This record gives sequence, structure tokens and C-alpha cells, in this order.
Amino acid sequence: MAKGTYLALFTCLFFGVAAHAEVNLNIGYLSGRPPQPPTLSNLDPIPEDLGLAGAQTGLEDNITTGRFLGHGYELTATTVQDGTDPVAAAAEMLAVTPFILIDAPADVMLAIADLPQARDATLFNVSSGDIALRDDQCRANLLHTLPSDAMRTDALAQFFLFRRWTDLVMIAGVHPQDVAYAAAMRRSLAKFGLGLEGEKTWDFEADMRRSASQEVPLFTQSLGDYDVMILADELHDFGRYVLYNTWQARPVAGSEGLTAVTWSPVIEQWGAAQLQGRFSERHAREMLSVDYAAWAAIRTIGEAVTRTDSADPQVLRDYILSEDFELPGFKGRPLTYRDWNGQLRQPIAIAHPRALVAQAPLEGFLHQVNELDTLGLDRPESNCEVFE
Amino acid sequence: MIRSAGLICCLLAAPAAADEIWVTNEKDDTVSVISIDTLEVIATYPTGERPRGITFSKDYSVVYICASDSDAVQVMDPATGEILHDLPSGEDPEQFVLHPNDRHLYIANEDDAITTVVDTQTRQVIAQIDVGVEPEGMAISPDGTIAITTSETTNMAHWIDTETQELFANTLVDSRPRHAEFVHDGAQMWVSSEIGGTITVFDTSDQSEIGKIDFEVPGVHRDRVQPVGFEFSADERTAFVALGPSNHIAVVNTETLEVKDYILVGRRVWHMAFNADKSLLFTTNGVSGDVTVIDVANRTALKSIDVGRFPWGAAFRPTQ
Repeated sequence: MAKGTYLALFTCLFFGVAAHAEVNLNIGYLSGRPPQPPTLSNLDPIPEDLGLAGAQTGLEDNITTGRFLGHGYELTATTVQDGTDPVAAAAEMLAVTPFILIDAPADVMLAIADLPQARDATLFNVSSGDIALRDDQCRANLLHTLPSDAMRTDALAQFFLFRRWTDLVMIAGVHPQDVAYAAAMRRSLAKFGLGLEGEKTWDFEADMRRSASQEVPLFTQSLGDYDVMILADELHDFGRYVLYNTWQARPVAGSEGLTAVTWSPVIEQWGAAQLQGRFSERHAREMLSVDYAAWAAIRTIGEAVTRTDSADPQVLRDYILSEDFELPGFKGRPLTYRDWNGQLRQPIAIAHPRALVAQAPLEGFLHQVNELDTLGLDRPESNCEVFE
Repeated sequence: MIRSAGLICCLLAAPAAADEIWVTNEKDDTVSVISIDTLEVIATYPTGERPRGITFSKDYSVVYICASDSDAVQVMDPATGEILHDLPSGEDPEQFVLHPNDRHLYIANEDDAITTVVDTQTRQVIAQIDVGVEPEGMAISPDGTIAITTSETTNMAHWIDTETQELFANTLVDSRPRHAEFVHDGAQMWVSSEIGGTITVFDTSDQSEIGKIDFEVPGVHRDRVQPVGFEFSADERTAFVALGPSNHIAVVNTETLEVKDYILVGRRVWHMAFNADKSLLFTTNGVSGDVTVIDVANRTALKSIDVGRFPWGAAFRPTQ
């Protein structure tokens, strides 16, 4: 494994007008994703270009638009390898551009946001659903295009209530992401007046590919009867073996089965078929949630440059957080930023691997300002103060 | 109620063969033909995959259909429903407009950020013009000198000089422009923005913005009020605007740019077409799979007609 940081410069096609570009913007992409722990199945490897591929598609969209206006865009991507410091890499990148998309764990993201060089930067979290980043750990220079875990679990809670599936049980894994998801789910269920009738922790070491049909029925028998089984298995370790092996014949939701996601290949409405087609033609795979978050971040910057005709970081940031900003994000509604914590407001897809089942917010979940704020931390719920 | 019943009686009493409204069904790969006399579907013809834009030649001898997923514009004999041949269209043709010369089709290629110009007689592509991401709305000035393409993700109206087949202006509009039309003898050009929730009105002579129309459907959140297709009354004093998932048609005064009324129609209303004297308006309702018939004078919905799955485009065909 090569140690150290390597810098890949993605040059873009300028369609002839680059020489006259009044505005030329460089956007950074920092990938500091730690290696994933092993999972029971190797069926779905994480694409190496997860996120970056979405950023490239967003960049191409920006460039096509920019060539009519004399606006040019470039992407500078850095992947941090094992054992090197992503914060140092970010510091280097901040010398080149104040606009950086970050795919890294929450603690790394905070360390980058707290760098003195990052004070006037606009950073985009494209990979972490960590609720604290939108709450008391928020940073004024860190926006979030990926929905928080709370937005996703609120979406499922709305769906359970909508379907009157009120008798719920949960099995949670032991990875930090699983624990966080389970906590978000408990919080969402309480928010919508629901609760869990039973909970179990999955801490087996067994290889379920051989024994799922024997182990899972017994493991789930003690949960009794219920309407839906929720799985908190964010690394997709054991969850896939639970479906159709439960003691009770009931649907599975959460990390597997019926999922609430940022983006899914099954989204085709609202013009999404075009974005999906553009992405998969370019990258020879399906577009995933982190790809979408990166696409949305790049398009956010592009939209702000288009409308303000400026590359000034402060002008762009002010516009992005203003009421004038709206991003058409192929989700059927304009996407905007919450001015209390920098979270991109967006509908959440409730889907299984073959179809979109519903889109949250579901009909009937009302809000005095914007129904999208029934998902995740609403203004009074968030302890973020640095945006005020 | 009584008034509507009276109107239907009049229609039934109208002489001779019935004029027709043709509707493309995006997810059925068919067109439905509605008799304007009986307000019933009298024929359903198979098309290529994902038919969307539909328009007739000036003499109504052929109908052109954008079969988006077949990457073709199909030419159909409206008398028989037979596909006569395909025109080269570029990839994923979504919407098009026929030049007043009755020969040149300007086609938006949604996947390729290109507008393709096809000669319908020689069946040759005569130009391809780079435009913004996801071109869709197409319009042509009455004198044929200017063609418009709107691009959904670039959020612009691209102004094409039909002499040189080159862009001469690009104007920003609100998010996700879907449809464009010239009005008042080409003096104005209107563009609807689905996600922005507005229509922008341009002065054609200098491409400057004259005004903007906002919509506010009572009881519907503004995010769900999404203007798409629109058409003008015979005297051009009124515009009818399809508002997508708000399930309403807005009635707009074209002088003041004020909304005068909202008419409830089917779910996710896309596009529309008038009958011959523009007394009836037929709207395609994508999600409910039907067409709403509107009495234009009274601004009321008369009837829903079931068509295929996801009706999209609509076009009028006189038969008299």
C-alpha cells in the first residue's frame, strides 16, 4: 500500500471560452475515508470513486452551464491513504481553494473545519450523517449535502406511522455507525409518538452465509410478534441475511429491506432518469448516496456562481444560505440550506432495491414553514448557534 | 353544472367528422386519439419507447412523435396510425418544434446537451447545436428566424439564429425551465421554470426580461406549484399554465401578468392542447393517467378522459 498523499488533478473541458472566463473556480475534493471493517459478504464492494464520481458529474454540469457565461470550473482531488494525516492534506488543499468537499469521518471533518486556514472556507460534508455535526458540534464553515441520520430515520418513522405500523422491534449492530443509527431511530420514533417493543444487539461472530437460515429464526424468535423489524446495520454486515429468515413473517426496514436513503438507482421521477443516465454512462456504475451528496455540493457552488457572477467566497456563501438560493436536485422540490445549521433540506427516498416506495415528507406531516423541516433537526431542535 | 351540460349538448350537435386531440402516453408507448365530439378515446396506436413531444405537419398529413428511448422521431400517418418512417433525431429526443417552413424540426436531445435540426424531407440532420444540460422546451418565432431551447439543469433559454443555426444569446431563468412559447406575433417569449415556480417573460427584440409570473395555489405549498406547459387563448389575452403536482391550471392575464384563476384538474398536469376554436382545453395529467377537458369560457373542468399511463404531450388534429 502506497503511503502518503497523492494529488490527482482533474482537468476539465472548457468548450473554447476558457480564455475569456471572468470567473474561474477551483473546487477541492478530499477523500479521507478509513478502511471499512470486514463484513460477512463481499457482494457489494464500495466503489473506489464513491463520491468523487458524483463530484465529477456535478463539475461537468457546471462546466456546460459555465461556458455560456464565461465561468470555468476545475476539480482538485486528493485521496488520503492509510497512515497519513487527512487534516494535513486538507491544510495543503486550503492553500489552493477555499471550497472543499470532504468525505471523511466526523472527527476528521471537525479538525479540518477548525484549521486556522479554514476560517473563511466553505466546506461541504458529503459523507457523514452524524447528527452532532448539525447540532452542538456544528461549524459555520461546514455545510452538509448528505442528510443527517435523523433525516433518514425521521423519514422511516413517518412511513411507519403513515402505514400504521406501530409495533416495532430493532436489531442493532455494534459498529459506531450502527449505534448512531439506532440512537437516531429511537429519537425519531419518540418524535413521532412511536417506540420500540423489543431490541436486540447483533454481536455474533458467525458467518451467516452458511447458517443464516438456522441462526436468524432462533435469534428473532424472542422478539415475539410485531409489525416491522428495524435493522441498524449501517456497514451492511449481517442485515442482508435477516430478510426472509425472521421467526415472524414481517417486513424488515432500516439499513436493509425498506430503507430511507439520500439517493437510489430506483429514483426515476422528477427528471432523475436523466441524472442517473448521465452518471452511469460516465462512470459505468449506479449513482449512490455519497455520489449524490457530492454532486449536490458541486452544483450548489455552480448555481451560486451562475446567479451571482462571482467567485468571491463570501459572496457565494451568503448567496447559498440566502432565501434566493435554490437547487433543482431531481427530487421534485427545490433544495435549500437550513440557515441554522447548514444542512441541505431535501426529500428522502423510502425505497427497496427494486422501487421507490414513498418519498418523505409524507402527506399529512405538516410544518408551519416548510414540510421538509419535519425531517431532521428543525430550528428549535438544533443546538447549533454559529450560523445565527 | 347546467351550463356544462348545455355545452356538451352543443358539441354533440356539431356537424361532420370529429376533430381530435392526440396524446402521447410516456409509459405505455402509445398515442391515444380523443374525439372532440364524444370526448372519448377512439383509437390507440403503438409508438416507439417513451413517446413525449408530439406535433403535426402544417397540413396535418403526418404526425411527428418524439420516441425518447428509441432515440428517434417517428413519422406517423394520422389516418391509419401506421409509422411511416423514423427521422434521425440525435439521442433521447424529448420535445421539438416545427419551423414555419414545415420542413425543419428543432429537437431537444435531453441526454446530450444538444439541439438537433432535422430536415423532414431529406431526412438528414442539418445542424447540431451545443446547448445547456438537459435541453427540453422548444419554441420558434412566428417568422421562423429564432428558435429557442431551454435547458433544465443549466437553467437557461438558448436563442438560436435559424439562418446560421448558431446561438446568439443565452438568458438565465429560474430553476428547471420546461417549456417556451412566443406570443404577440413573436414580440415576447415566455419560459416556464418548474422548480423555480415562475414564468419569465422576455422581450424578443433585445432578450431582456419584461416580467415574471408567480403562482400561489391556495392550500398548496409553493414548492409543489410547478409550472410546465402553457398555451394562449385565441385573442392571446389569457394564458393557461399547467402547474404540475399542484394539480391545477392557472389562468393568467397576459397584459398584467397576474393570475386570475386556478382550475382543478388531474394529478401532475404537464401539457395541453386546444380544440379548433379554442373553446375547449385538453390537459395531460401524468400521474392520474387521464386528460381533463376544460370549458375555456367558464374556466371549469368538464370531464376526465382515461388515456394510457403517464400521458405527456398533446396536439390538435382537425378533420374537417
